[in-house]
Amino acid sequence: MAMLMKGNEAIAEAAIQAGCRLFYGYPITPSTEIPEYMSKKMKSSGGTYLQAESEVAAINMVYGAGAVGERVMTGTSSPGFSLMQEGLSYLFAAEIPCVIVDVMRSGPGLGGLGPTQADYFQLTKGGGHGDYHSIVLAPASVQEMVDLTKEAFDIADYYRNLVIVAVDGILGQMMEPVEFPPYQGRKLSPKTWAASGAEGRPKNNVISYYLTPDLGESENLRWGQKISLMKESEQRFSEYLMDDAEFAFVAFGTSARITETAVDMLREEGLKVGLFRPVSLWPFPEKGLSARLPQIKGWMSVELSSGQMVEDVKLIVNGQAPVGLCKRQGGMTPEPEEVVDAFKKQMLGRGQG
Amino acid sequence: MTSGITKYLFAGFGGQGVLFIGKVMAQAAMLAKRQVTWIPAYGPEMRGGTANCSVIISNKRIGSPTVGKPDIALVMNEASYQKFIASVVPGGTLYVNSSIVPDLQGRDDIKIVRVPVNDIAHEIGEAKVANIVMLGVIQALTPTLEDEILIKALVELAGKKPELADLNSRAFKAGIEYAQKHF
Repeated sequence: MAMLMKGNEAIAEAAIQAGCRLFYGYPITPSTEIPEYMSKKMKSSGGTYLQAESEVAAINMVYGAGAVGERVMTGTSSPGFSLMQEGLSYLFAAEIPCVIVDVMRSGPGLGGLGPTQADYFQLTKGGGHGDYHSIVLAPASVQEMVDLTKEAFDIADYYRNLVIVAVDGILGQMMEPVEFPPYQGRKLSPKTWAASGAEGRPKNNVISYYLTPDLGESENLRWGQKISLMKESEQRFSEYLMDDAEFAFVAFGTSARITETAVDMLREEGLKVGLFRPVSLWPFPEKGLSARLPQIKGWMSVELSSGQMVEDVKLIVNGQAPVGLCKRQGGMTPEPEEVVDAFKKQMLGRGQG
Repeated sequence: MTSGITKYLFAGFGGQGVLFIGKVMAQAAMLAKRQVTWIPAYGPEMRGGTANCSVIISNKRIGSPTVGKPDIALVMNEASYQKFIASVVPGGTLYVNSSIVPDLQGRDDIKIVRVPVNDIAHEIGEAKVANIVMLGVIQALTPTLEDEILIKALVELAGKKPELADLNSRAFKAGIEYAQKHF
């Protein structure tokens, strides 16, 4: 049966249903309903909610819980996510599965509370040190927040990698009807690597350091193979009216929702436009976008940032068609009419834009 | 509204229950198997003591969940009136809590409905249901869903408090009756 839930609450409930029994976090708007929900529900679900003294502490608690093989999550918003970057790098190197939610708010700095997507670089290129990647999933509805959060735990365990669910403040705060259907998960191997007590077996080390360069290189090459495998296997996207499209928008999360309305408006005028929506931000769905290259005369990225994802779009389009950008920053969102105007101005060379 | 999509904005002081009546609309829309989104203003506005939420009810999948130009807006205080009157779509309706919002500069291209909902709520005996009275007025004059569905939503959101459900239902009906008598 459908129920109305805020995106943040839906993520928290989905995590518990996916078997997450440990949550560590520090409240920050607009993600606070995640720790709030966990503080209410985790105990009765047989788990532990713990409010950390900071985001730095929270991510290191995640490290500890993940290292012993437990399903663990933290949730935060952009400034808190920045504080976690060192931990992300360590989690990757120690190959600890975990799920992190970033409900983005505007920056840089303390910024504001409004919705943004300006953590894109930090999410997809790695905000911590070293050659690492997180898998980054970007839902665009409360239902998708549920579905992808459940899946995130499986993906994390499958690859022994961190998975980030990235949304903006609107999606975190928005209520939509949502359902929690039974989830058929991936077949997963037992966590024989976990530091879960060594009685009767050799001890496991879950660490992220190596003291010799040759070992450092071989470890990096091994991780590189895992990165290649994730890049090959985990690309996700969704398309709206792309089959006969001559022009295409690229947008994720809330900007994809806004753009969908802009597509409807342009279609009403007889213009053949569609929307390509990355669902995984890393790996970027380059296979799906490449498949549309022959038919598309112009691309336009719609972002709540100065234009970050547009760089990935340009890499894939590689000069075969013009790539435009429609953006708002600092916590503002464009109205669909603004997207329509930007499209006409940049792609058709008309209108006031 | 003609295209099967209705956009609402509910605004007022914190404590006037504008987020709640947005939730009632959203819950009712879900019960009626319509598509619906509800977004609260969660930013610095909250800290300033004012609150608002936007609700979209649609027959088809909802793209943009933001409401820049509401079809139907409710302002429970003067600050919200000043802030949102310009945003109402031409031909739309603005509901005003005339108990505390003075008769200010209006607009010719929208319908402005002034209702003293605080006073009506006082007559019912509970000042805090002014929001529900206004919901009844909105329902009487610009309905999107059936009366019964809204009452069902009111009862559901009252949780395990039958006296609250009863009070809310009375306030809702008082709003409908006031609107039928005066407009």
